[in-house]
Amino acid sequence: MSAATQDTAVRTGRITRTFIYVVLIFFALFYLLPFFIMMINSLKPLSEITAGNMMALPKEPTLAPWGAAWSTAQIGVEATGLKPYFLNSILMVVPAVAISTVLGALNGYILTKWRFRGDTVLFGLMLFSCFIPFQIVLIPMARILGMLGLAGSVQGLILVHVVYGIGFATLYFRNYYAAFPTELVKSAMIDGAGFFRIFWRIMLPVSGPIAVVCIIWQFTNIWNDFLFGVSFGGLNAQPVTVALNNLVQSSTGVKEYNVHFAAAILAALPTLLVYIVAGRYFVRGLMAGSVKG
Amino acid sequence: MSFLNIDNVTKSYGNVEVLHRVDIDVQEGEFLVLVGPSGCGKSTLLNMIAGLENITGGTISINNRVVNDVHPSKRNIAMVFQSYALYPNMTVGQNMTFGMEMHGIPKPERERKLADVAKLLQITPLLDRKPGQLSGGQRQRVAMGRALVRDPDVFLFDEPLSNLDAKLRVDMRTEIKKLHQKLGTTIVYVTHDQIEALTLSTRIAVMNKGYVQQLGTPKEIYDDPANMFVASFMGSPSMNLLPARLVEDNGQLAAELTDAGGTGLRLRLSQDGQGLRSHLGKDVILGVRPEAITDAEGADKRAQNLQILRNEVSVTEPAGSDTFVTMSLSGKDCVARMRADAEARPHEVFEFTVNMDKAVLFDPQTEERIDR
Ligand SMILES: Nc1ncnc2c1ncn2[C@@H]1O[C@H](COP(=O)(O)OP(=O)(O)OP(=O)(O)O)[C@@H](O)[C@H]1O
Ligand SMILES: [Mg+2]
Repeated sequence: MSAATQDTAVRTGRITRTFIYVVLIFFALFYLLPFFIMMINSLKPLSEITAGNMMALPKEPTLAPWGAAWSTAQIGVEATGLKPYFLNSILMVVPAVAISTVLGALNGYILTKWRFRGDTVLFGLMLFSCFIPFQIVLIPMARILGMLGLAGSVQGLILVHVVYGIGFATLYFRNYYAAFPTELVKSAMIDGAGFFRIFWRIMLPVSGPIAVVCIIWQFTNIWNDFLFGVSFGGLNAQPVTVALNNLVQSSTGVKEYNVHFAAAILAALPTLLVYIVAGRYFVRGLMAGSVKG
Repeated sequence: MSFLNIDNVTKSYGNVEVLHRVDIDVQEGEFLVLVGPSGCGKSTLLNMIAGLENITGGTISINNRVVNDVHPSKRNIAMVFQSYALYPNMTVGQNMTFGMEMHGIPKPERERKLADVAKLLQITPLLDRKPGQLSGGQRQRVAMGRALVRDPDVFLFDEPLSNLDAKLRVDMRTEIKKLHQKLGTTIVYVTHDQIEALTLSTRIAVMNKGYVQQLGTPKEIYDDPANMFVASFMGSPSMNLLPARLVEDNGQLAAELTDAGGTGLRLRLSQDGQGLRSHLGKDVILGVRPEAITDAEGADKRAQNLQILRNEVSVTEPAGSDTFVTMSLSGKDCVARMRADAEARPHEVFEFTVNMDKAVLFDPQTEERIDR
């Protein structure tokens, strides 16, 4: 009897499993297809694309569109390619991610281990910032950047993204540290460690997984941001997303689709890279942070 | 003045007072155990001694220094936590020397102390491991080692054995006692296990609902409980508390009870005095420990006042070395602790011998012990 039920369990298991794989493969293909098309077209000379067949593999593969996208394509008034904008993005994203992650970790540490009157209310207010739509803050933010003299600069963009990122970073670290035994902090206090020493020697060394989650999250969000970039980037601090838009939208000359495709892939490359390198931790850390808290 | 002095200390969280006017003196070298049911405020009091909780009212002084506003690291105390609180990212050796490092003690001295204590606790082979690679008993040892290297004035233990399995707990209990005898350091130890309290301590503070119910030596607490709470909390199985009437029998005081059949019976008391006589003719609670009720052969030879009690046995529970025999007295279950081969059988009448020297009387209204 029990053997029989076990048998059917295995058989239904196999059918369900096949079904799951078919669905998963279908969706994987669905999402990979556009990428595949971008890839093959970025390797064709323009004439092959304009001749009609977008879906065909390149007959004469060439890396020229990639070179053009990177360093010679006409963006705005000058033919600089994506290179300077890519650099802008990196100059913006690295400090913004670093600062917001460190601040988030400090906030989480304080909100869980140095509790004070009204700390939950304060945390609630900080969470608010996760849900405020970007559009609402555009005008006040523009005024503040103007007053600080940071309008149109990379520093200004860093500030905007740090302010926006603190909410999520704090949420991640607070939930992670809530599960961290407070007795360890007390023990360290008796041992004579102060506020920063405890943070540095006791908390940070075990914060790896959540730090990775926070970094991936902030990195992708800030790298992919368009609205703040186009609003506050001015002419000198435009990130790569804005440059990509300008390249594709430019109304002069012929549309070099192969260059557009190469540029789009270039602009997406860093986030892809971050996911591939740290993706495992992302899933693991998300779970760790969300189980307790 | 005593070594650790807790003077009139209260603790409130917002409007809720969780500790009420606690007064405890601890002499140097004493082993004080704070014992009580969950939520009675033991950990809170210990944390206040450690400086991890603010003191709402009163003063705490250690070694003649008021420490109310002294930072935990400057109180010269060491604490062992229930979860051991070992730093997971550091090795055992680093865990044990972290405190000394924070206090700026030079490395050679740290190494020397570490080696000494590791040897004392027999954990030298573990020094390079991380806490995650240790068993519960080993972690416990490391946690104690971390406290020991600091040479504190006072050791504070918060339920250090409650995460261990039964056998290991007994072993570690003995080990802690040995350690105390060897080092002679003052210890304050929190537990909710009354056996731990009785075996380890030189003095016990029994707490309930934020009050210290009684402070005394294990013998005082066990033999002369100050009230019915202490009587029932300390000892396992707990003291029998039987409703009775205090009467006079041929000029001597006696407690009148009813047996299983509802017939009255009298047990003559060993004590007499003004305090007791003021309750004459009134309801009282007679407290008798299970081991004071035996068969005739098992009775204490040195007892002055052994009373015979014939009653029907309701249940017998053999437990290896002892047999627990239950009967009904004054409508309550009354447990007797007998030698294993005592001949009590369920539903038969048995002749119990009660050592009335060990009996105590309580006032049913105030629940306090009635002194003679
Ligand atoms: N931060 C707090 N805010 C409000 N009440 C608290 C707080 N911490 C403890 N209490 C209350 O104080 C009382 C004493 O708590 P404490 O932790 O000292 O109990 P305990 O005797 O150690 O119990 P246990 O054996 O369960 O550890 C409890 O009633 C608890 O609810
Ligand atoms: Mg406790």
